Amino acid sequence: MTGPLISLRGITKTFGEGPTAFQALRGIDLDIRSGDFVAVMGPSGSGKSTMMNILGCLDVPTSGAYLFKGHHVEQLTRDERALLRRRYLGFVFQGYNLLARTSALENVELPLLYRGEAKKARQEAALAALRKVGLEEWADHTPAQLSGGQQQRVAIARAIVTEPEVLLADEPTGNLDTERSREIMQLLKRFNSDAGITILMVTHEEEMAAFARTTVKFRDGLVESVEDRKQPVPA
Amino acid sequence: MIAMLFTTLGLAMREIRRHLMRSFLTVLGIIIGVGSVVTMVTLGNGTTAAVQQQISSLGANILQIRPGQSFGRGGGGTQPQPFEVDDVDAIRQQVAGVVSVAPQVQSSGLAVRNAANWSTTIYGTTNDYVKAQSWTIDRGRIFSSEEERAGKTVCLIGATIRRNLFREDDPIGERIRIRDLSCEVVGALKSRGSSFGPGDQDDVVIMPVKAVQRRITGNQNVSMILVSVDPAYASDAVQDSIKALLRERRRLGPGKADDFNIFDTQQISETLQSTTRTLTALLGAVAAVSLLVGGIGIMNIMLVSVTERTREIGIRLAIGALGREVLLQFLVEAVVLASLGGILGLGIALGASILISPMLQIPFLFNPTINAVAFLFSAAIGVLFGYFPARRAARLNPIDALRHE
Ligand SMILES: Nc1ncnc2c1ncn2[C@@H]1O[C@H](COP(=O)(O)OP(=O)(O)O)[C@@H](O)[C@H]1O
Ligand SMILES: [Mg+2]
Repeated sequence: MTGPLISLRGITKTFGEGPTAFQALRGIDLDIRSGDFVAVMGPSGSGKSTMMNILGCLDVPTSGAYLFKGHHVEQLTRDERALLRRRYLGFVFQGYNLLARTSALENVELPLLYRGEAKKARQEAALAALRKVGLEEWADHTPAQLSGGQQQRVAIARAIVTEPEVLLADEPTGNLDTERSREIMQLLKRFNSDAGITILMVTHEEEMAAFARTTVKFRDGLVESVEDRKQPVPA
Repeated sequence: MIAMLFTTLGLAMREIRRHLMRSFLTVLGIIIGVGSVVTMVTLGNGTTAAVQQQISSLGANILQIRPGQSFGRGGGGTQPQPFEVDDVDAIRQQVAGVVSVAPQVQSSGLAVRNAANWSTTIYGTTNDYVKAQSWTIDRGRIFSSEEERAGKTVCLIGATIRRNLFREDDPIGERIRIRDLSCEVVGALKSRGSSFGPGDQDDVVIMPVKAVQRRITGNQNVSMILVSVDPAYASDAVQDSIKALLRERRRLGPGKADDFNIFDTQQISETLQSTTRTLTALLGAVAAVSLLVGGIGIMNIMLVSVTERTREIGIRLAIGALGREVLLQFLVEAVVLASLGGILGLGIALGASILISPMLQIPFLFNPTINAVAFLFSAAIGVLFGYFPARRAARLNPIDALRHE
């Protein structure tokens, strides 16, 4: 494909109004190529999450243009954004955000349900996704019965079960120890190289960023630098 | 679309099972609301019906005239002069607007047949009384004019006496002993049906007035005169003419108070009816409060779970659900819970009413309107408070719903 998969042009985001208004993004220009693995870094409060939420269509920018495959996302309606999420995007949160009291399998099935897939197809796909993250045996456990690392893997299974083009992960390893974090990174890396899923991942740790091909650094609501790594850590 | 609805139904049922406590409390609120309002109103209606039945047993549009001053006025020292059969005839002949006039001499005693006996009330009166009190004859006949005139010892018996003295036997032509006289049963009265409250209306023996006077009470006194008023006449006017006539016959001078009183069943039935209406309204009000309390309970549960639900909605939106899909799920969930609670509440009210009615000696009357109103009201509260917080959440940006504290 020619041209970037995602283009941000002059994206700003202001929270609140009047004297208490705070500009979290102050004009972001950024291009993401299809198939890239991008680590987003920067100090706390620099606007990383704000940008990820906008990319994931979970929030809307105050101004600027967001092009996804050349289409202006900022002009879409609520429902169109929901359909974009459903079709192309997967999201992994720092805090997992699994449905409580709901089995791992049913959590992973959920996005397929909204795609209108039949029960049998849903269950097979969900089991396959759980297998990919190594949790097939844990399918009927609820989040409360799983460790943090396992919950995050369920969340990743839920994000990739729809075979999205882009996986957005906001500090996916933020709550995990180094060993668990490496497992998660290897998973993401594998989805990137094997399935060709474009990945954007926020992290504070150099070690995790080393898995990515591109590193984007944020500072005070602006992109400070974009660097390509010659030899990312292999899967 | 149908498939979508089924999927949503499945989803909603799963959520209900997952949040058993929340679901249970919601349902409980509806059960309490529907159950109490329907039970109370049903019992209130039963009471009204029971009172109405007692009133109708007094006879419609009947004046009961007794010697003595009416209630409330300080009774004089002297015994009031009793009525006589002549007073009855005078009223019948001289007052316009009366359909029938009957004397009543009341006594009590043991009715005996073979080994069976039954303590009962004995009325000495005429066929007019039987008609005025709307008795129907089940077997046999009423008195002949000859029997009335001569004061023969013949009698009509109520269903209770018949059951206790005769069981399945035909009582007509048989003799029973009352006190020390033997009388022939000429007619059996049809049962007034189950009688509610104190006093079994079927526990009576009716004899010609002369027979009772001569053989039981031993005097010419008539304890009460019953006048059936022609509905075409104003009851007040008829009462006034009776009063004037009786005052004249009892030689009461202009300054003297009546030494008899007239009791209008019409009037008393109106008073009683308005009292039971007030009672039903009161019960209804109490029940409405419990319906409201149930509603507030539901509201609380729903509002308390709003944070949890808002986050859940955020998750669903984030993974690609449309706002309306999430809303449909919450709506179905609320409708299912509300219907479940409503049906359980109606069932409990039905059971409670059927159980309690006989204890209060009132009939059980099923009232479809109150059932429908209570059900719809509670269901509306359940749906409203399940739906509106969800609607607010579904309109948020997914990220704001996820961040909801
Ligand atoms: N919903 C919000 N309302 C107000 N301010 C917000 C909101 N979300 C983020 N911010 C502010 O925007 C800035 C950027 O936040 P964020 O994007 O979460 O930073 P990062 O993820 O890089 O740590 C922070 O100063 C934060 O306080
Ligand atoms: Mg952040």
